[in-house]
Amino acid sequence: MNLPTSASTDQTGTAGITLDQAVAGTVLPPLSYDVSATTVVLGALASRDWRPMHHDYKFATERNGTPDIFLNTPNLAAWFERFITDWTGSRGRIGRMTFRMRDSVFPGDHMVFTGNVSGSEIDETGCGWASLDISVSVGDRLCCNCTARVALPTDKNDNPWARKSDDWKP
Amino acid sequence: MTEPAQVPGLPGNAALPDHIAALIGKAQYPETATFPVEMSYAYNTLSATENGNPLYWESDVADRLTHGMTMPVSTLSLWMRPHRWEPGATKEQVALKAHFDLKEQLDLPEAIMSDNTMILHEPVRPGDVISHHQVLRSISDIKTTKLGTGRFWVIDVEYHNQNRELVGVESYTGFGYRRTAPSASTTPSASEVNS
Repeated sequence: MNLPTSASTDQTGTAGITLDQAVAGTVLPPLSYDVSATTVVLGALASRDWRPMHHDYKFATERNGTPDIFLNTPNLAAWFERFITDWTGSRGRIGRMTFRMRDSVFPGDHMVFTGNVSGSEIDETGCGWASLDISVSVGDRLCCNCTARVALPTDKNDNPWARKSDDWKP
Repeated sequence: MTEPAQVPGLPGNAALPDHIAALIGKAQYPETATFPVEMSYAYNTLSATENGNPLYWESDVADRLTHGMTMPVSTLSLWMRPHRWEPGATKEQVALKAHFDLKEQLDLPEAIMSDNTMILHEPVRPGDVISHHQVLRSISDIKTTKLGTGRFWVIDVEYHNQNRELVGVESYTGFGYRRTAPSASTTPSASEVNS
């Protein structure tokens, strides 16, 4: 395992990870967060998800049979985005994310995002890519697995965001 | 998976109705958003996740990297999510209508979403007006899982901007089912009650 490297202090958008720093086994800096009812409701409404199990305790517990309201899937995707770009910096450009829900995240939970680089490559267009394996857990409870493919600059002058059409193969 | 069980309304050897099979590969529900993309909604998402990425907060960074402000990539579906109510609506507006159609037409009252993939192309920008359509990619034979007996299906949602540029594709795997005998000790997870 490699030591985690973080670009989370990058306030200019010009610093951050380059592809050579994303070798297989590199560990991303963990992200921990204490989830409250406000976290759940704010995330659901931010993603225009009005379904009651994400804001109505009685509906969630009495109709759905869950212990409480819980994080909605689009908001969880936004948390994954934050986790990834905290590490890459602003030049990191996510191309693909796949995730599978395993369990729910409730108010009062301390959720922890962890991840590592599973591989890297430069595609036929010259774009550098890192593949990531990520998970979010609460204690021993695995809540969601995610795999992601994120474009990283191949050097300090490269900018994956400049790629369009046939030069962008996520 | 085990062999399908016989459950009311869903015989184990039921063939997929022709009119549903005919939907596979066809674009359904082409729609254009009724509101333009706006930065204020992106700030709600960024605030909800305490995401300080300067790309979304600092216009000089956005100008340098993306030639102007863009939306957080995870908000792809946000711009096509309907208002809960709007003038003329007679019932709650829902996203992913193809999914709800399958539940109804296959008489499968429960459903889960098991997998979600987002593939991201041209960035979404303030002022964009997004359109999308839904494509049913596949429906499985009848399967029995611990949740019940039903079918898996895959639905792709393709998003374009007003210039007809592809901005992203989402792929959902759903499982519509009828419950087997209820288990008193089972607490449903998020994916089991999300849809």
